[in-house]
Amino acid sequence: MTEAKKPKKEIKPVKNPMPAQDALVRAKNFSEVATGYTQETVIDEAKRCLQCRKEPCRQGCPVEVDIPAFIGLVAEGDFTGAISKIKEKNALPAVCGRVCPQEAQCEKYCTLGKKHDPVGIGRIERFCADWELATGVKVPEVAPPTGKRVAIVGSGPGGLTCAADLAKLGHKVVMFEALHVAGGVLMYGIPEFRLPKAVVQAEVENLRKIGVEIEVNSVVGKFTTVDALMEEQGFDAVYIGTGAGLPYFMNIPGENACGVYSANEFLTRTNLMKAYQFPDCDTPIKLGKKVAVLGGGNVAMDSARTALRLGAEESYIVYRRSHEELPARKEEAEHAEEEGVKFAFLTSPTEIVQNEDGWVTGMKCLKYELGEPDASGRRRPVAIEGSEFLMDIDTVVVAIGQGPNPLVPRTTKGLELTKRGNIVADEKAATSKPGVYAGGDVVTGAATVILAMGAGRTAANSIHEYLSSK
Amino acid sequence: MYKILEKQVFSPIIKELVVEAPKVAKSCKSGQFIILRIHEEGERIPLTIADYDREKGTITIVFQEVGKTTTQLGQMEVGDYIKDFVGPLGEPSHIEKFDGTVVVVGGGVGIAPVHPIARDLKEAGNNVIGIIGSRSGDLLFWEDKMRDACSELQVTTDDGSYVRKGFVTDVLKEIIEAKGKENIPLVLAIGPQPMMRAVCNLTKEYGVKTVVSLNATMVDGTGMCGCCRVSIAGATKFVCVDGPEFDGHDVDWFELSRRGGIFRDKEQKAMEHHVCKCGSGCGGAK
Ligand SMILES: Cc1cc2nc3c(=O)[nH]c(=O)nc-3n(C[C@H](O)[C@H](O)[C@H](O)COP(=O)(O)OP(=O)(O)OC[C@H]3O[C@@H](n4cnc5c(N)ncnc54)[C@H](O)[C@@H]3O)c2cc1C
Ligand SMILES: Cc1cc2nc3c(=O)[nH]c(=O)nc-3n(C[C@H](O)[C@H](O)[C@H](O)COP(=O)(O)OP(=O)(O)OC[C@H]3O[C@@H](n4cnc5c(N)ncnc54)[C@H](O)[C@@H]3O)c2cc1C
Ligand code: SF4
Ligand code: SF4
Ligand code: FES
Repeated sequence: MTEAKKPKKEIKPVKNPMPAQDALVRAKNFSEVATGYTQETVIDEAKRCLQCRKEPCRQGCPVEVDIPAFIGLVAEGDFTGAISKIKEKNALPAVCGRVCPQEAQCEKYCTLGKKHDPVGIGRIERFCADWELATGVKVPEVAPPTGKRVAIVGSGPGGLTCAADLAKLGHKVVMFEALHVAGGVLMYGIPEFRLPKAVVQAEVENLRKIGVEIEVNSVVGKFTTVDALMEEQGFDAVYIGTGAGLPYFMNIPGENACGVYSANEFLTRTNLMKAYQFPDCDTPIKLGKKVAVLGGGNVAMDSARTALRLGAEESYIVYRRSHEELPARKEEAEHAEEEGVKFAFLTSPTEIVQNEDGWVTGMKCLKYELGEPDASGRRRPVAIEGSEFLMDIDTVVVAIGQGPNPLVPRTTKGLELTKRGNIVADEKAATSKPGVYAGGDVVTGAATVILAMGAGRTAANSIHEYLSSK
Repeated sequence: MYKILEKQVFSPIIKELVVEAPKVAKSCKSGQFIILRIHEEGERIPLTIADYDREKGTITIVFQEVGKTTTQLGQMEVGDYIKDFVGPLGEPSHIEKFDGTVVVVGGGVGIAPVHPIARDLKEAGNNVIGIIGSRSGDLLFWEDKMRDACSELQVTTDDGSYVRKGFVTDVLKEIIEAKGKENIPLVLAIGPQPMMRAVCNLTKEYGVKTVVSLNATMVDGTGMCGCCRVSIAGATKFVCVDGPEFDGHDVDWFELSRRGGIFRDKEQKAMEHHVCKCGSGCGGAK
């Protein structure tokens, strides 16, 4: 058991609530849902922390942010001290404070959480990061140039972290990104209302300030290869952080009908291409009145909530299992429900029905029940015979997962891959190819922002070691 | 930013631009395409690489103005900059020395993407017969370049206003009949969907292998969104990474054309919105 440092003090049992836009108002706009703590609330929340000596919360954070220390500084009103403390371990706190699944990570292990609400660690972290962005970010010190060059392929959270760490160590870092902006899923996937794009771009700007060169519009595997980067273009090491961008489909009849999108297309059109500002922005999106989103993760929640904001009258999450098994962040599922997203649990489609012009007019589904637990420990959904019914919908968004994009794996010689096409990397992020490191979703399969960042940091340490010994 | 170095106007709606894009020019092959975005609010649109100069680091694109982005692109001048220009994308054309005569068919703006493929096929030692066609003579371009790229060139116009009257399929049929279908190992056709479909219908009768380049709607062009999916022999493929070239006899043309119309009403709205911005009919290019 962990003990508190100080003698008993009065504990406020509930977390300070996160101020948010009213559910019915926000369901119609793309501005950020959670508006953030004020200075008073953040100090009040920080004071709930018991400063446990054994720091159980830290073991839940994949990058081991010194949580008691930064929260202690916030309690004293020292936000500058707090953000420096966070940044020792976490390069993108404004992002993590917003999107980490805290209930499964840091806050899961908080001592307070045993009897009461855990400390709002993510919310405090977010406040500190926003405070820094508003008051001016201190550019970190950069070591003298080492003369070594590292290429980073993919600019998601893993690539951004790896680039920042290596640049600070004095290495020349060039980042190649396929799309026209850096940020990966943070830019094209996670919606503006959950993670404002300006926050992500501020972090990208900070990288430029410490000398990282960012080459957008650069698809590695097409204009060049990993091998050519090392052999012809003089890079001493490469980090591959290309993510899991290949959308899976259900492989049911009707999936190529007009009105069926992958979540990636639906969210990319809306976020990256700003289709919600059409026609002031040129990229269109088209949806009907009743949208069905297939899946139960963050991607599905984001799609269902985006559909409402784009004007859908009804937006459904269609999920094979039950509420309990929803893999989404708890707060996202709650927000979705508050905004009016409807849930069709224990339901899975068998066919998308279309009219003679090829447009979706409905979806044939089966009802499911939960059977024995499967390998993942979750109870396996089993179809109920004869339970087929027709769902009255006119747009479908498929959000059942993504695999690794094969462009880089396919064009890199001697890179060991798993059966599913993920890159094999050891605990030091080293691949089977000397000098080539990999991390994030392309290694683990679709996971989380903070895990990708953790991998980016591990890779940076390994690359530094590798370059120093060369 | 990618600078426009040269511009040619072939007709009021068909234009050529030479763009400075050294990274693309260094590595591209015929059959591949680029995606560009004119400005910050712009849409990403795919255009085929019609020519390239590795030394000068340039890419040539030829396009037809059909909607907002292509119209705005047509209004850009030498010295202007295109915001984003990414490539090469897609798989290159399959080039080898075939037994017999290869026929390449370019319809309308499709003459441009056919050109580098014809040139490569001829350089690989093939006897290449080219057929180019358009609605009328004033829409025709690159006749000289195609004459150089092919061993022999035939020209046709729908209305007979230039050389001969007829469709490219009429000429193709004559060639197949004259040479014998067994002596034509490959037909490659690029142009508007109805034209490619007509070519495929014809060659299917003769059992002559036909490759087409599909112009599905795209967003990223890297296999990330699935917008460009098509059914090829019953299996779903992504045009941007698995294509753009496919065996034309395996393509589900019906589905392709329906998916191509998904955003039609929105595209019209974009066009109207864009024209009315200044009201003078300039098109309001930013
Ligand atoms: C809609 C959505 C919502 C999510 N919500 C959450 C959340 O709330 N909390 C959470 O923790 N996680 C969430 N995730 C998961 C999280 O975003 C990912 O786990 C994380 O972004 C993975 O980071 P990464 O560094 O591996 O790369 P990614 O973010 O996947 O970025 C990879 C980048 O590489 C680029 N790239 C790919 N191929 C090439 C190439 N050949 N050449 C050059 N560049 C290339 C891509 O364009 C992309 O920009 C969500 C994911 C999605 C899609
Ligand atoms: C791999 C590939 C290569 C291409 N190469 C060329 C090229 O070399 N030259 C060229 O002129 N065009 C080419 N296209 C087509 C070109 O991308 C479209 O004309 C362009 O996207 C239209 O954009 P817009 O905003 O001007 O028109 P929009 O407003 O988007 O569309 C206007 C009209 O054009 C139709 N349209 C939209 N997208 C396409 C499309 N992808 N293909 C065909 N019709 C479409 C719409 O249905 C609508 O009727 C290519 C397409 C692909 C996929
Ligand atoms: S980075 Fe994520 S897991 Fe770590 S303390 Fe911050 S919110 Fe918690
Ligand atoms: S956040 Fe929770 S676990 Fe961590 S020190 Fe504070 S009270 Fe203890
Ligand atoms: S354009 Fe997105 S997958 Fe092909």
